[in-house]
Amino acid sequence: MNLTIHVWRQKSREAKGGFVAYKAENISPDASFLEMLDVVNESLIEKGEESIHFEHDCREGICGSCGMMINGVAHGSRGKAMATCQLHMRHFKEGDEVWVEPWRARAFPIIKDLIVDRSGLDTIIQAGGFISVNTGSAPEANMIPIPKPVQELSMDAAACIQCGACVAQCPNGAAQLFTSAKVSHLGLLPQGQPERYERVVRMVEVMEEMFGSCTMFGECEAVCPKAISIDFIARMNRDFIAAKFKSQKEISVGV
Amino acid sequence: MTWVGNFYRSAIGKKAVMAVTGVILFGWIFLHMVGNLKLYLGPEHLNEYAHWLQTLGSPAVPNKGMLWISRIVLLVCVVFHIHSAVALTIVNRKARPVGYRDRDYLAATYAARTMRWGGVIILLFVIYHLLHLTTGQAHRDFIENDPYHNVVSGFQVWWVAAFYIIANLALGFHLFHGLWSMFNSLGLTHARFNPWRRNFATAFAIIITAANISFPLAVLTGIVR
Repeated sequence: MNLTIHVWRQKSREAKGGFVAYKAENISPDASFLEMLDVVNESLIEKGEESIHFEHDCREGICGSCGMMINGVAHGSRGKAMATCQLHMRHFKEGDEVWVEPWRARAFPIIKDLIVDRSGLDTIIQAGGFISVNTGSAPEANMIPIPKPVQELSMDAAACIQCGACVAQCPNGAAQLFTSAKVSHLGLLPQGQPERYERVVRMVEVMEEMFGSCTMFGECEAVCPKAISIDFIARMNRDFIAAKFKSQKEISVGV
Repeated sequence: MTWVGNFYRSAIGKKAVMAVTGVILFGWIFLHMVGNLKLYLGPEHLNEYAHWLQTLGSPAVPNKGMLWISRIVLLVCVVFHIHSAVALTIVNRKARPVGYRDRDYLAATYAARTMRWGGVIILLFVIYHLLHLTTGQAHRDFIENDPYHNVVSGFQVWWVAAFYIIANLALGFHLFHGLWSMFNSLGLTHARFNPWRRNFATAFAIIITAANISFPLAVLTGIVR
């Protein structure tokens, strides 16, 4: 199949960017979106032009490296819980015009073309700090019994691959779905209880320094490649509000 | 009290305040709508109800005492509801300084996307509504202590009725998203009751909007005169 792709090209953080149109020719419908970009890049290299820069790694939807706005939707899959690498060209039609843009948020400055700096998400993780575990040899796996539904809910949150699609799709550039997933997967488990309230406050405070706030549009949930539910946002709000109502001594925040 | 300021400084705190003030305003709007249904029972009933509101709580509180207490509570709620909304909107605009060329919404409802402008329409309407039917400056034929006459003669002007209908549609959309969203803002998620939250918001948005819109329509069509 043959398509026209309009790709955002930007040389560096400070440089001014713009859309450039390319022909994507003889693309197999079974190719992934990234493979289509590979084909375009090969033709660019042959012509001696600079290839389109984009992030990618596992190409099977588990690393969270790839990600771009495709026709105004993060990862381009329109509610099918896929990362960009899992989106296949059969979702497009012959002769389509496809607009490809990088994630846009103040916290995600563009490094080059479609690559953005997502280290803001790492900063939130770092703010969460440690969890209390005993050092030494690995403990027996079944030492702490955890009900199956709780395990599963925690795993649903832990499925987050930190791709940043939630921030990119959110009209407010908010990282609530990401942060709530990270807060909840530990907050649900017994191992995460000692620092539960301290952690949510620290992570939320760092999140709010960089990202927007939630208006419950539900856009993040619709583009999340791991289909993480916005119920986790409510869970994070509950823990944060509860933490703020606790005495400082109880949770040792700021002590 | 520093923790109160600390709490309100955070975006989640502002959303919680927006939810609590919103639910108070919603409760009041619901009671206001129920009281107004007396319009269908005739002038004596509506005017008697209006008189009862003024003397509510008497003699424990002076005449119009409860009215002023509720007015102050509502005013405080409105101020915090709007302040939190404006402050969060500014934060959100800053979080995405450069927008997309085109963007598509997958899940956001029309109601969710019009919360801000809907809120502005409702605020302008409330100001007009107070000048129209409470103080009477915006009313051509205002008679003190005769709300039935003021309502009916007010709605007989077609563009006044139209404005009331448009504003109440905006209110309906605002409630449709707000009444659902507030559960999340306050962290109220529960596997069993989660589907009820959407139904609750839909039901009350429809009930309040339908009843409120029926008043100007009833006057325009001559059912109430």
